[in-house]
Amino acid sequence: MHKYILHRLLLLIPVILGVTFIVYSIMYLTPGDPAQIILGESAPPEKVEQLREEMGLNDPFIVQYFRFIKNGLKGDFGRSYSTRRPVFEEIFARFPATLKLTIAGVLVAIIIGIPVGIISATKQYSLFDNVSMVGALLGVSMPNFWFGLMLVLVFSVTLKWLPSGGDNGLSSLVLPAITLGTSAAALITRMTRSSMLEVIRQDYIRTARAKGVLEKKVINKHALKNALIPIITVVGLQFGYLLGGAVLTETVFSWPGVGRLLVDAIRQKDTPMVLASVVFVSVTFSFVNLMVDILYAYVDPRIKSQYK
Amino acid sequence: MATAKKSKKNKKRSQWSEVWRRLKKNKMAMVGLTILTIIVLLAVFADFIADYDEVVIKQNLKERLQGPSAKHWLGTDEFGRDIFARLIHGARVSLKVGIISVGISIIIGGILGSIAGYYGGLIDNIIMRTMDIFLAIPSILLAIAIVSALGPSLMNLMIAVGISSVPSYARIVRASVLSIRDQEFIEAAKAIGASDLRIVLKHIIPNTLAPVIVQGTLGVAGAILSTAGLSFIGLGIRPPAPEWGAMLAGGRAYLRYAWHVTTFPGLAIMTIILALNFLGDGLRDALDPRLKQ
Amino acid sequence: MRENKELLNIENLAIHYITDDGTVKAVNGINIKLNKGETLGLVGETGAGKTTTALGIMRLVPNPPGEIMSGVIEFEGRDLLKISEEEMRKIRGNKISMIFQDPMTSLNPVMTVGEQIAEVIEIHQNVSKQEAMEKAGEMLELVGIPKARLNDYPHQFSGGMKQRVIIAIALACNPQLLIADEPTTALDVTIQAQVLDLMNNLKNEFNTAMILITHDLGVVAEVCDKVAIMYAGEIVETASLEQLFENPKHPYTVGLFGSIPKLDEEVDRLKPIKGLMPDPTNLPSGCKFHPRCPYAKDICTKKEPKVTELENGHKVKCLIYEGLVDVKEVK
Repeated sequence: MHKYILHRLLLLIPVILGVTFIVYSIMYLTPGDPAQIILGESAPPEKVEQLREEMGLNDPFIVQYFRFIKNGLKGDFGRSYSTRRPVFEEIFARFPATLKLTIAGVLVAIIIGIPVGIISATKQYSLFDNVSMVGALLGVSMPNFWFGLMLVLVFSVTLKWLPSGGDNGLSSLVLPAITLGTSAAALITRMTRSSMLEVIRQDYIRTARAKGVLEKKVINKHALKNALIPIITVVGLQFGYLLGGAVLTETVFSWPGVGRLLVDAIRQKDTPMVLASVVFVSVTFSFVNLMVDILYAYVDPRIKSQYK
Repeated sequence: MATAKKSKKNKKRSQWSEVWRRLKKNKMAMVGLTILTIIVLLAVFADFIADYDEVVIKQNLKERLQGPSAKHWLGTDEFGRDIFARLIHGARVSLKVGIISVGISIIIGGILGSIAGYYGGLIDNIIMRTMDIFLAIPSILLAIAIVSALGPSLMNLMIAVGISSVPSYARIVRASVLSIRDQEFIEAAKAIGASDLRIVLKHIIPNTLAPVIVQGTLGVAGAILSTAGLSFIGLGIRPPAPEWGAMLAGGRAYLRYAWHVTTFPGLAIMTIILALNFLGDGLRDALDPRLKQ
Repeated sequence: MRENKELLNIENLAIHYITDDGTVKAVNGINIKLNKGETLGLVGETGAGKTTTALGIMRLVPNPPGEIMSGVIEFEGRDLLKISEEEMRKIRGNKISMIFQDPMTSLNPVMTVGEQIAEVIEIHQNVSKQEAMEKAGEMLELVGIPKARLNDYPHQFSGGMKQRVIIAIALACNPQLLIADEPTTALDVTIQAQVLDLMNNLKNEFNTAMILITHDLGVVAEVCDKVAIMYAGEIVETASLEQLFENPKHPYTVGLFGSIPKLDEEVDRLKPIKGLMPDPTNLPSGCKFHPRCPYAKDICTKKEPKVTELENGHKVKCLIYEGLVDVKEVK
């Protein structure tokens, strides 16, 4: 098992290097001279040139990239063009809020998605199944930022039950978490249903029934444990999408997370901030996937025994 | 010889008519197709329904933020423009973005996937590991990064959304190429000296079509959603052009007084996505009946 | 006296699968009698309704689309079709067990084989988890697998070993009736004989009655006391092993024997039964075998044959034995 985890951790290194390379390349191609942006439009050309030299902007691309990696390993991702503070500090200050929102969103998705999917599968073509499948389709079809605004319209503006924005305690988390989690809930519902339907048809489920296992146990023990294997992957992937999707949700609810930091940075052409935010979220995503893979091995004995 | 050729053609045609027959039996897919047809027709004939410059773009502050009425079915926006007219013209933008960006993904992803699957080995490894790296970046963030680098415009938006979903097409195409690469009819084609390109174009591409069509249909939906999202945070099409996500964002400030400005563009997005999802699910079942429960 | 010996009595059982594309008449009014400790071979081609019959006895026909249309399944004097689901559950795996065709897919991949054997013991016997696991170990030894492998997962076993595990599960509660659905078909030929021997020995040891479903008359000859030949959802001939092998009556049974090679006779070519199994959604009128029967006459297309008892339990469902078709005229 340790061997497996180590193996996966090592695989993470090229992925992270690759991600930084891609994102750095994209940012490098961004038109506009960072030195000019920092100094403002009216700055004299020789001053701009001096700053370019200081920032190493005249070096070849590959030199700049490796400098970025070298500094990045020391936790130095440069300074924000707009606030002049270290980028890493700002992201780190904002990250807990994003993580809180994303975890809440994933929880909403799991709490709704898995039970509804199971019931739908065991009662295929029933009213419950039809209603929840239409609901799930609506869920994946809604732009989540719009759904968030509609929730604000109903629960904040009209009913005045819940705050419409900010991060002040549990009540302010409810609407953003639902907004963020709905599409994932819909996806997990569909996935759970189809995975369960697939498993229920398997021969070993018939074996369990032939043994006289209680129907409830057939579903919750024999079928679910097998059906969960693909669902875990989906949940892990959704966690990543939600980290990305948080950008929109945070904008809707003025949530003080990395997503809003990113959007503001883009507006201000704050390249180091954009770069670092995207890299930071992607690396988090990769770690989540790693954890999912490890969890996977715990659930599926066939994978575990490969690494014994 | 002639009859053999004819029967082969018939067989091909009957294969697709069989798919169509199965699709027709799927009520949801037909509902989706109908909605989609209506939206496409509205988009095509948008100029006959409402003049672009006079109704869609021109501001009319006297009539701003009016609720739905006989004159303005879905009300007016913060500049007094008719929301229904803007939605119809906005459908043009959304359909265009959806189709072109998926086209970009299919072409790039298809080429990369075919090469990886067909040649295998080192090339396969390089391509697919690169795709894995792209997949490690949440696609909306990748799109954000690309648009912010290229600058917000319709074309850049399509490129960004297109590129960000290249890996999933590359994977699908590679998987189907792998599944048929070693089959006997490919061996036979090789044996009679067909070139690699010919084999890929004549034998392999047609066999990867089914999963690509399904993924493409669902992909158009995803592209429309991404575009709306990017526009919502100000990375999309510049105003005053009518784009659903941007319209929705514009209404946000007036949520308290004029709910319709935000509500209807969102409903429009939801309707088209729902229709595409219905159709995509139906296509998947029709193209591969074995998958259906 | 006879009442006491009788274990299973199926009368007029009919099971249909009702789908959008038509009704599949899988089992059409069959009768089966089985005494304690007796082994019945249920023989027929793929699609004859053998597995559906077995699932019917277990009341495990997938519903929808399957439905038990009519009939009586009397087991130890109780009609299984009339008792509650809960009562039926207590019979499954306990008094009636089933072994399925494909051992590769019949075990739960995420549970250890020990857990899977112990589970059936825990359900039906009033024992603790630990005792159940101990008993599971004994069962494993009984089928020839070392106890030490209790904590292994199914993917660590070969096909033949998996089938042994399944046999252990099926026999763990010492059932009165064991239904084995082509238990050796999916196995290698060399393993087939081992597994069959094992089943036969255990069955005799525990005095368990068995219904052995197969399409292999060789297997039948080795294990069974009685044979029922099934065709298109009907039992066309029932006989003791000797009666059937020495004197097959139904044209279909005769055809089955004609299509296996004999070691003691020189045969130029085998005589397979011509034609295919009829479409179960659209069965032929009259005698269902008439389109493939070399003796068929007009009357066979119209009149459904009755069951005729020839001698001491040898029953056949054919118009020839009702004296309505003259065999001499044929050929």
